[in-house]
Amino acid sequence: MSVNRKALLGFVGAAALLGAAPAFAQAVSPQYTYLTFIVFAAIIGVTMFVTYIAAKRTKTAADFYAAGGGVSGLQNGWAIAGDYLSAASFLGIAGLISLYGYDGFMYSVGWLVAYITVLLVIAEPARNIGKYTMGDILAFRNNPKVVKTFMAISTITVSTFYLTAQMVGGGVLVKTLIGIDYEVSVAVVGVLMMAYVLFGGMVATTYVQIIKAILLVVASLVMVALVWGQYGFNFNGYLEAVTADPGIQAQVARLIGDASKNMSAAELGQRFLEPGLYFKAPIDQISLGMALVLGTAGLPHILMRFFTVPTAQQARKSVIWAMAIIGGFYVLTLFLGTGAAMKVGALQITAIDKGGNMAAPLLAQFLGGGKDSMLGNLMLAFVAAVAFATIVAVVAGLVLAAASAMSHDIWVGVIKGDNATSEQELRAARISSVIVGAIAITIGILAKGQNVAHLVALAFAVAASANLPVILLTFYWKRCNTAGVVAGLVVGTLSAIALVLVSPNMTYPLQIKAAQEKVIKASDEKIAKLTGDLKGIQSAIDQAKAGNQPLAAGLDEAALERAKKEIGIAEKAKAGAEATIKGLGGATTSLVGLTEPLFPLRNPGLVSIPLGFLAVIIASLLYRDKRAEEMWDELYVRSNTGIGRAAATAH
Amino acid sequence: MANQTLNWAAIDADPRFQELHARKSRFLWGLMVFAVIYYFLLPIGAAYFPDLFKVRVFGVVNFGLVFALSQFVVAWGIAFIYARRAQQFDAMAEAIARDAQKIGGRK
Repeated sequence: MSVNRKALLGFVGAAALLGAAPAFAQAVSPQYTYLTFIVFAAIIGVTMFVTYIAAKRTKTAADFYAAGGGVSGLQNGWAIAGDYLSAASFLGIAGLISLYGYDGFMYSVGWLVAYITVLLVIAEPARNIGKYTMGDILAFRNNPKVVKTFMAISTITVSTFYLTAQMVGGGVLVKTLIGIDYEVSVAVVGVLMMAYVLFGGMVATTYVQIIKAILLVVASLVMVALVWGQYGFNFNGYLEAVTADPGIQAQVARLIGDASKNMSAAELGQRFLEPGLYFKAPIDQISLGMALVLGTAGLPHILMRFFTVPTAQQARKSVIWAMAIIGGFYVLTLFLGTGAAMKVGALQITAIDKGGNMAAPLLAQFLGGGKDSMLGNLMLAFVAAVAFATIVAVVAGLVLAAASAMSHDIWVGVIKGDNATSEQELRAARISSVIVGAIAITIGILAKGQNVAHLVALAFAVAASANLPVILLTFYWKRCNTAGVVAGLVVGTLSAIALVLVSPNMTYPLQIKAAQEKVIKASDEKIAKLTGDLKGIQSAIDQAKAGNQPLAAGLDEAALERAKKEIGIAEKAKAGAEATIKGLGGATTSLVGLTEPLFPLRNPGLVSIPLGFLAVIIASLLYRDKRAEEMWDELYVRSNTGIGRAAATAH
Repeated sequence: MANQTLNWAAIDADPRFQELHARKSRFLWGLMVFAVIYYFLLPIGAAYFPDLFKVRVFGVVNFGLVFALSQFVVAWGIAFIYARRAQQFDAMAEAIARDAQKIGGRK
């Protein structure tokens, strides 16, 4: 795998469970699979019970979309953490740290800093101005039908990208952990999620997310206590053990290749705590950072959570709680990742999943007593169940966001001209949930084996380039209007998608072919040289034997074996390269007909975010709208004072 | 809704609202700019000043680790500072909301 390819896996692999790479083994030992089912059944049972109670409380559209506005700041903070800490953060970041050390930890920082944007400029105005969807916010001082249509399309687009990555990642994860078929696990995730959303709406989704977040934090705390406690909770002492670990030193040597030859073991260990083992393209990383920091505040399923609390103060409180939980969790992953690197080892982690996603579950198994112990498998089963609950909870939030856009914005807002009773709207919302859920399951099954990892990064990029500019400028710029919103959404979404389509994320058959041909040529040369060596060694041995002389150093049987082995390796590399070329099937261009990337970055944010903002500003100035400017005073006063906000109706 | 009849421009023009607006804008955008700059120093530093990140601070703990951990402290610090400051904004906003009919009521 080339450096670039590795960087690709990384950025997004963490985000979307590069579990999409083939799994080689099942993690839970077969004789203990029953434990997994017990733990899974317990968690599903609890969430179903909560859904049953929530279903009784879901009587109106307000209940369905926003839990009647009756969620407290503390509850919402946990729910946001539950919504946000997808399997990507939980398993992906721990995996990255276990394989690449410092870079994995650095990667986690952006995911927390993103919430500063949410806290300072988005959460409170969103609560004061919005009702159920992002479309509601934009409709305040723009043409409601037009902006709701475009915002709904953008919401559904972003949610579908994110959803696809979650469904595929979830299917692979469950298959890897307990060995049931991919299609079955996708269907199980989909059906469970639909049950929560359909019957319990936002109330059930909120509680499922809270339960999942608590389980996740408890599981992580227990594991960190076990792994760090051995070192008396001494930070430096623990890291000394990390740098002294021979497995980690060997992993660093593998990562840096020839550069490791002149390094001592201690230096190799220390290198694990230094940057650069994973991220090789700084500009790309900055581009990703921009998408994270601005995109989180534009993710529909996150923004929607602020409509569930009664006041701006509670919205603020919920972000602060979420930041405490999410940040604390990422600090724990530093220990989970390095702990897995020490106790389990990079080789064993990548043997089960190339992207490293199994680092945390395998660490749990080790801490419980290992592969053959009952406690070890119970802990693994518990962590697996938490991961499963994670995917279901995140998917439920995404489906709810997409379904709300479909029913509230499109059906009620545009088609019915805002004339629908609460019963009609509730029915529409449930029908939309079934449609979105069915689409999610279908896409999940169709995308089997596809590399969908870059879709999470794309979801963040679209959210940062389209959704965030229009929401931010609607809140803070007097002249922002319908034309600006439409232009921003269209330009932001299309430019992010288009740039990814012409980026190195896509498959370029000719480039792959050229690279593989190089491998074949190098292998051929190596084989020819080694075959020559082999003959030389053989004849030297034969001569020595004939003359009854002792074998010369480097010209003995061991050298013969070594040469044979190396020929074997070279032949294998050649066969692999040939198979890859064959796999291209004569294709010469990428999905959009390119032979090489037009855009050098994997993350489009650096270009598409400024384009999105520019589009809003230019179109707003070109098509001045009196009404939007007249409404500005009202919007700005309301967003700052909360006067006349859509009242919460808690039961 | 009674609020629909308010004269929003009058409330906007009210000196108390103007003061809230000025204080809040200065505070929020200042904090936001600081947060963004501080964050991007991490990937930029790691990429262009790796030698600085490798400097040991204590034991095996290097500057890079301390700086990455400081990102968490700074993020929480910003949340804490904002939460405290926002109480002042809340009080000001509440006073304006209470007098909304008086300032912006239409005859």
